[in-house]
Amino acid sequence: MKVVEPSRLRLWWVAVAFGVLAFTAVIAIGFGAVAIDPGEILRSLLDRLPFVDVETGLNERQEAILWQIRMPRIVLGGLVGATLALSGGAYQGSFRNPLADPYLLGVAAGAGLGAILAFAYLPATTGWPIGPLPLLAFLGGLGGVALTYLVGYSVRAGRTSVTLILAGVAVAAFLTALQTYLLQRESETLRQVYGWILGRLTTVGWGEVLLILPYVIVAGVLVLGARRRLDVLSVGDEEARALGVDAGRVRLVVVLAATLGTAAVVAVSGLIGFVGIIVPHTIRIVFSTSYKVVLPLAVIYGAAFLIAADLIARTVVSPGELPIGVVTAFFGAPFFAFVLRSSRGIGA
Amino acid sequence: MIRSLSVLAGVLALVAAACTTTSATTIPEASAAFPVTIDAPNGPVTLDQRPTNVVSLSPTATEVLFSIDAGDQVVAVDDQSDYPAEAPTSELSGFEPNIEAIAALDADLVVVMFDAGGETVAALEAVGIPVIVHGAAVDLDDAYTQIEQLGAATGNLAGAASLVASMQDDIERIVADTEAGGATYYHEVDPTLYAATSSTFVGALYTMLGLANIADDADDGSGYPQVSAELVVAEDPDLVFLADTLCCDQSAATIATRPGWNTMSAVTGGSVIELDDSVASRWGPRVVEFLETVAAAVGAYVGAYVGA
Repeated sequence: MKVVEPSRLRLWWVAVAFGVLAFTAVIAIGFGAVAIDPGEILRSLLDRLPFVDVETGLNERQEAILWQIRMPRIVLGGLVGATLALSGGAYQGSFRNPLADPYLLGVAAGAGLGAILAFAYLPATTGWPIGPLPLLAFLGGLGGVALTYLVGYSVRAGRTSVTLILAGVAVAAFLTALQTYLLQRESETLRQVYGWILGRLTTVGWGEVLLILPYVIVAGVLVLGARRRLDVLSVGDEEARALGVDAGRVRLVVVLAATLGTAAVVAVSGLIGFVGIIVPHTIRIVFSTSYKVVLPLAVIYGAAFLIAADLIARTVVSPGELPIGVVTAFFGAPFFAFVLRSSRGIGA
Repeated sequence: MIRSLSVLAGVLALVAAACTTTSATTIPEASAAFPVTIDAPNGPVTLDQRPTNVVSLSPTATEVLFSIDAGDQVVAVDDQSDYPAEAPTSELSGFEPNIEAIAALDADLVVVMFDAGGETVAALEAVGIPVIVHGAAVDLDDAYTQIEQLGAATGNLAGAASLVASMQDDIERIVADTEAGGATYYHEVDPTLYAATSSTFVGALYTMLGLANIADDADDGSGYPQVSAELVVAEDPDLVFLADTLCCDQSAATIATRPGWNTMSAVTGGSVIELDDSVASRWGPRVVEFLETVAAAVGAYVGAYVGA
């Protein structure tokens, strides 16, 4: 018999989570391929505060490294990690499937197809307000999920969340086949596509942060707002209906919001795997399986996790770089195996 | 230390190459010297008679064949072979060669640069077509050997010898005329900051001109590590060479918009050189053209900054 766990989000849990995030961010700001004196970094940070004017010993180039390369990368890493972890938790709750991740319904396959099309057939820079790569990856990701819903809803009998997941499998397989075909034809784009699939925060700046921020906020508000209803959903669709919650509607809103956020972050960071699995599950094991706890903490720990993973990616072979997807998978794959082993006990 | 050794090796290679004409084969200089056996990297390859239906699945080999008067023996080249213009470009892929299509061309010699798992060679040999695998050259000597082998294989030894001799003369002249004085450079092959180091073929060419590579510390053994943007900005290379202008539409203007890159002196001082990706990534006759471009950039830089 499962022990009934406290479902309330305790304040000190949140405080600890923010402490971990702040600590990770400070370490991440302090380290990089180029060594910058921590005291100078602190002075430069203070200098940026309103009404504070501190003389920093950093030259123009060091300032640029700190503020235009390292900072946006940390902020973007945090946004991407938070969104993927939150979306992972949302998908797991919506489908009552502990192994669901944000890529379940074809976001990854669709975004990958969009990215390949952009690499192969569009110039890297255009006059468009949004670069062709993030635009096509974003639209591809949303298109993939739309296709999944189209296929899933065309099933007349037994329209359940399982139907939708199976439709997602079919759509992902189909889109992946298209990807492979295009890669065979346009083999010179192979390296770029490969780099994108492994995930990258290598060349991002504040532009990318601003680009995804609106989507991330909308997705975050909608998913976090549904945390109580996701708890109700965990008892089953029929039971939820008896409690006055329309499971289908909750699932639709939560999944679409999570998809919107995921498609946005994937568009700028590529396919970073495992964050959406590891972070929510660790929170379930350590704190509580209630979505009132899992979702808010997933946002904070997801941000901290990806900032830490990116710190490893950019320092361990410094001044070279590792693909961030390799780092998250290196820690994520063993954890995934562990979740598989014990999935009967978690959230199922 | 390593760098000066490789300079020495480069000089020695030039001297050695200048002293001998053809080291790859012992066939006398006559076009009718068939059958001939080539000591190719994939093992001895025997051609019973002068091939007239050559298929090149290597852009470099295509350039070489057309530079040693073997162009009229070439019936098809792969989809990446875009130079010279008269090369008979086909749908054939160097990555995934269609053996039946090659056989249908009545090919009597195929030159490839990849042979993943040995499958291409095995399949072509099974249908009786001789194959030479000429992978990416590790240094100029290797490139010269490949030219000489293609000359021997196609019965154009004289053309190959004169191409090698003219390349050696040109390169010797360019190296003698260029004094980079240890200026630093960054050679980008991909906009996600994959860079070539000194250990690569192209890197060795920069070393010959006296340039120092900023990505060497990041080398992961591949010669083409992905480097940190922080490194590039902090090292502030004197010259930035973009070998991703055609593949990925990079230019002096696009890299100036990268976060933090506008502080680099090469970007503000106009020392960003937009290379032709193909010229910068092949090891054929246009190596001379590549070196001339780099030497001109070095001359402009030295004249503009150091000499001023």
